[in-house]
Amino acid sequence: MSATPENVVIVGASATGLTTAQHLRRQGYEGKLTLVGDEEHLPYDRPPLSKQVLAGTWEPERVLLRSEDALAELDVTLVLGQPATGLDLGAKELSLGDGTALGYDALVVATGVTPRDLPGTDLDGVHRLRTLDDALALRAALLAGPKVVVVGAGFLGAEVAAVAREMGLEVTLVDPLPVPMLRQFGPQVGELVGAMHRDHGTVLRCGTEVAGFRSSGGRVTGVELGDGSVLDADVVLVAVGSVPATGWLEGSGLPLGNGVECTDHCRAAPDVYAGGDVASWYNPHFGTRMRLEHRMNATEQAMAIASAIVGDERPFAPIPYFWTDQYDTKLQAYGTFPDGARVQVLDGDPDERAFVAAYLVDDVVVGVLGWNHPRTLREARKLVVDRASLDVAS
Amino acid sequence: MKVIVDKDACVGSGQCVLAAEDVFDQDDDGIAVLLQENPSEERAEDVRQAAAVCPALAIRIEG
Ligand SMILES: Cc1cc2nc3c(=O)[nH]c(=O)nc-3n(C[C@H](O)[C@H](O)[C@H](O)COP(=O)(O)OP(=O)(O)OC[C@H]3O[C@@H](n4cnc5c(N)ncnc54)[C@H](O)[C@@H]3O)c2cc1C
Ligand code: SF4
Repeated sequence: MSATPENVVIVGASATGLTTAQHLRRQGYEGKLTLVGDEEHLPYDRPPLSKQVLAGTWEPERVLLRSEDALAELDVTLVLGQPATGLDLGAKELSLGDGTALGYDALVVATGVTPRDLPGTDLDGVHRLRTLDDALALRAALLAGPKVVVVGAGFLGAEVAAVAREMGLEVTLVDPLPVPMLRQFGPQVGELVGAMHRDHGTVLRCGTEVAGFRSSGGRVTGVELGDGSVLDADVVLVAVGSVPATGWLEGSGLPLGNGVECTDHCRAAPDVYAGGDVASWYNPHFGTRMRLEHRMNATEQAMAIASAIVGDERPFAPIPYFWTDQYDTKLQAYGTFPDGARVQVLDGDPDERAFVAAYLVDDVVVGVLGWNHPRTLREARKLVVDRASLDVAS
Repeated sequence: MKVIVDKDACVGSGQCVLAAEDVFDQDDDGIAVLLQENPSEERAEDVRQAAAVCPALAIRIEG
């Protein structure tokens, strides 16, 4: 173990990056702190972008993670609007977009993810949603009262479909998989998510690929599906997943697999840490490597990194937590939801749309999901912590 | 210390209850309910932890 570094540089000025800075200070770190971010905005939070900001119920300023005054108190040097472009592990130096180099004693990589693309989608009217600017652009487009097609029925696409539908728009949600949110929560819960969307008047085209886009004068006019049908569209959101933002690290020697590969102490190399959406690590609680794109994980991993930097050697073994809001429904989940897990309802009733279900692998609870049932879910979390076993069909 | 919960921002995750269950509870919709507005000094560290882990940044601490 090396001594506490005197100069910590954090790349990625968002949830993970800022929280790492905050927790370093909270733990008494008094050295130099620099936060580098490629966006011009002060650090802000993303979950409200596809919810309150898109719906217009929150002013955009409300998503700031910390006020300007509170940031000043932290005593961090903010380098904004400036991407990190390369890393020299030997020289302990980061290169920035303007050609300057920045030395560090400890480096934290917190660059998040970038939305995955579909070919041929640089048309006007085709949107992505990752940043505040993306959210404001999409909101402006929705206010014109368009026909909306959302490509991708993961949590992001499903949330945007719900907001657009609640704005009274004609909305179609397209996904090659048979039900929404299949990858997150499996076929049974996916079926229920689909039913909820249909009940609210969103058209679902699941089990269908997008074959291409129609356009006129550089603007999107429709989406062609694999079955030959065409959906009219004035606005399209592409929400087909994300890839870890590690391009700037290629050739640096850091282990890059599905994200920056870390130990269970969030370490990717000596004095280099990674956390949040960009990091993959071995979670000893579940005995598996994971990379999460969840808000809570950004905070928890940032805290673990800050502790590791000042010398705390506890492994990072969290119980993942995730939530999504769609229409009047709140879905929340603790743990993992592997393919083929057995789903067992613990409380409430799926038909009533208020229940808690356990996900089991080899009769051991690896995840619990709550559908408008938050308190019981919180209690059920213990089953995941304890790796409880449940007998078939109790 | 004084604790303030922004119920409008709360997403009902229950993290605050896990961190300090004598200070926070959840209503039936999961929204945080403050049991103690002015927790004692002994509880300060857990309450700060609750504010730190809240995924919606809905907990503010003054003093
Ligand atoms: C619209 C939306 C809604 C969401 N809703 C939920 C939800 O309901 N529940 C939930 O659990 N999670 C949700 N999430 C996920 C959650 O927001 C993320 O897990 C969290 O933001 C991860 O934080 P991060 O700091 O690791 O990455 P990010 O927030 O992506 O931050 C990374 C930052 O690094 C910057 N960056 C990238 N490359 C470079 C570079 N080379 N140099 C400098 N800076 C760089 C990026 O511009 C960005 O600002 C949502 C995400 C989005 C986009
Ligand atoms: S931790 Fe935050 S979001 Fe979760 S219940 Fe408490 S106040 Fe609400």
